[in-house]
Amino acid sequence: MKVLKFVAKRLLMSIFVLFGLSILIFLVSRVLPGDPVRMALGPRAPEWAVQNMREQMHLDKPLYVQYYYWLSGALHGDLGQSLFTRRPVMDDIKEFLPATMELALFAGLIMAIFGILLGAVAGRYSNTWVDNTVRIFSYVGVVTPSFVFAILFLLLFGYLLRWFPTAGRLSAGIPRPPAITGMVTLDALITGNWAALGDALWHMVLPAVSLALGGMAQEARITRSTISDNLRKDYIGAARGFGVPERLVMLKYLLKPSLIPTASILGLDFASLLANAFLVELIFNWPGFSRYGINAMLRKDLNAVSAVVMVLGIVFVIVNILVDLVVAGLDPRIRLGAERGK
Amino acid sequence: MAFWKRPGFQRRWDSVKRGWYKFSKNPVSVVGLFFVLLVSFLAAFAPYVAPYPEHAGRFVNFSEASQPPSLKHPFGTDVFGRDILSRVFFGFRYSLMMGVVVLLLVVPPGVVLGLLAGYYRGTWIDTVIMRITDVFLAVPPLILALAVCSVLTPSVFNAMMAVSLMWWPWYTRLVYGLASSIRNEFFVQAAEVAGASRSHILFREILPNCVSSIFTKMSLDMGWVILIGSSLSFVGLGAQPPTPDLGTMVADGAKYLPDQWWIAVFPALAIMITVLGFNLIGDGLRDLFALEEV
Repeated sequence: MKVLKFVAKRLLMSIFVLFGLSILIFLVSRVLPGDPVRMALGPRAPEWAVQNMREQMHLDKPLYVQYYYWLSGALHGDLGQSLFTRRPVMDDIKEFLPATMELALFAGLIMAIFGILLGAVAGRYSNTWVDNTVRIFSYVGVVTPSFVFAILFLLLFGYLLRWFPTAGRLSAGIPRPPAITGMVTLDALITGNWAALGDALWHMVLPAVSLALGGMAQEARITRSTISDNLRKDYIGAARGFGVPERLVMLKYLLKPSLIPTASILGLDFASLLANAFLVELIFNWPGFSRYGINAMLRKDLNAVSAVVMVLGIVFVIVNILVDLVVAGLDPRIRLGAERGK
Repeated sequence: MAFWKRPGFQRRWDSVKRGWYKFSKNPVSVVGLFFVLLVSFLAAFAPYVAPYPEHAGRFVNFSEASQPPSLKHPFGTDVFGRDILSRVFFGFRYSLMMGVVVLLLVVPPGVVLGLLAGYYRGTWIDTVIMRITDVFLAVPPLILALAVCSVLTPSVFNAMMAVSLMWWPWYTRLVYGLASSIRNEFFVQAAEVAGASRSHILFREILPNCVSSIFTKMSLDMGWVILIGSSLSFVGLGAQPPTPDLGTMVADGAKYLPDQWWIAVFPALAIMITVLGFNLIGDGLRDLFALEEV
């Protein structure tokens, strides 16, 4: 029950945040200078065509009326037409979002698992060569833009060594498994199509790793510092003194509480991961939501841009609630329903 | 009495000297400081230290196009025959300008809003400010900055405005957390009882206790802002060619990979060195002030 109440409360807050975000992105797309209709139709379109389309999109009405039309449309699942693809934006989202979620989940897993692993090892053996290696790796990971990782990996493992494919989600010879979830790996798994599964994973390695490295470095740094701090605490000595097996001390008494700060920044790192997907998908020609988004931005396709931002807002709301649940699960002091950080 | 002879100034000067001593004992922060000073020096004196300063802008010399690194051109030349080393030096100018301008625009309003919301915690002022902050923090700043840039004409200036518009909430949230706990300290209550004005309490009692966190965050943020700025230029929504912006240079060079690797790799390394410098200093400051929340 407590969990339900907590989730309900967070959802209520999130609806408010999303409402605010919708106003923000609406203002950004309508108030800032530039004429989207003229841009969509091109400089040679006759004035009456521009005028017609403006009326069609309600762009000739006052701002609050426009916002009303836009919001009521959005609530009914109608995010307007893309000025560029001339399709409903909703259809575009349905087509492209699964590819990005697949990539982001895969990258998120790599980030969390390896980040925690590296950090735990470095913290356990702090101030040894292992620790120093991890530290250098973390600095490189934090300061390198993900698009630089993407370019370097593409160059090194894609073109020079030819270990991994350089673009797309599947090789040419392999038929796409039927779209059930839209995520190729999951569809392949459901239909038992092992060849497609392997191929899809193989295509995902380079973009996912380039996305994961930045966050991985952050996670490793935070885990390392909490582990090496907690290692010196009395309760670890006490547990050892009582003759608790070393493995149990390490995993249950040391690792579990040390993961709380790491878990709290997982949400932030996942956010920056999805932001960087905008660049990495472009480089790897990954047919995903972020590539769609960046192309919409480059073409000033306002309806698509607002929709992309709103969808990402919804994704983050969900991610943050999940992260809070994980943190609450790890930390008995944070009772569900109580505010964090108190 | 001259201001540097006053006891208050002397006391502060001594603590600065003590802080510098501790800072300089940390090899990590000294390396960071070295990188930042180096980059700043190269940026400031780019027209004098760059071997071919005229290559910064629109310059074409096809007879020396796409040359690999050599003694004459240590970082090689791009497809127009421009010296990449010289362009990197000028590129530092745009990166640093991006960071400095954004932080100058963002820190004052972010901090003031955070102070107000933290001091009036629980009132409508807190609610209004922090809920607006939540809205801005609901989506990563890079995406919002991209969205804003997409409706503007792409340029260095507009990229700086877009990032600034999205960056202030981080300071508001940081200072909010600090201020809302500091306001319960006895010295704040004492000032209230003594009848000090609101602005005195906010700016002379609470703010000085937030300064170390703000500076540390600024140092780390210099790196982040430079990364975001270079990402904007990389996709073509920031600086436009022939501006020697590091992100733009990486994007241009990426077209000629893997054969002419030097066109993209050296500007990318330049971004990394700059960001690394500010990050190392930030880490050093965090250790120095023993901060946890930044």
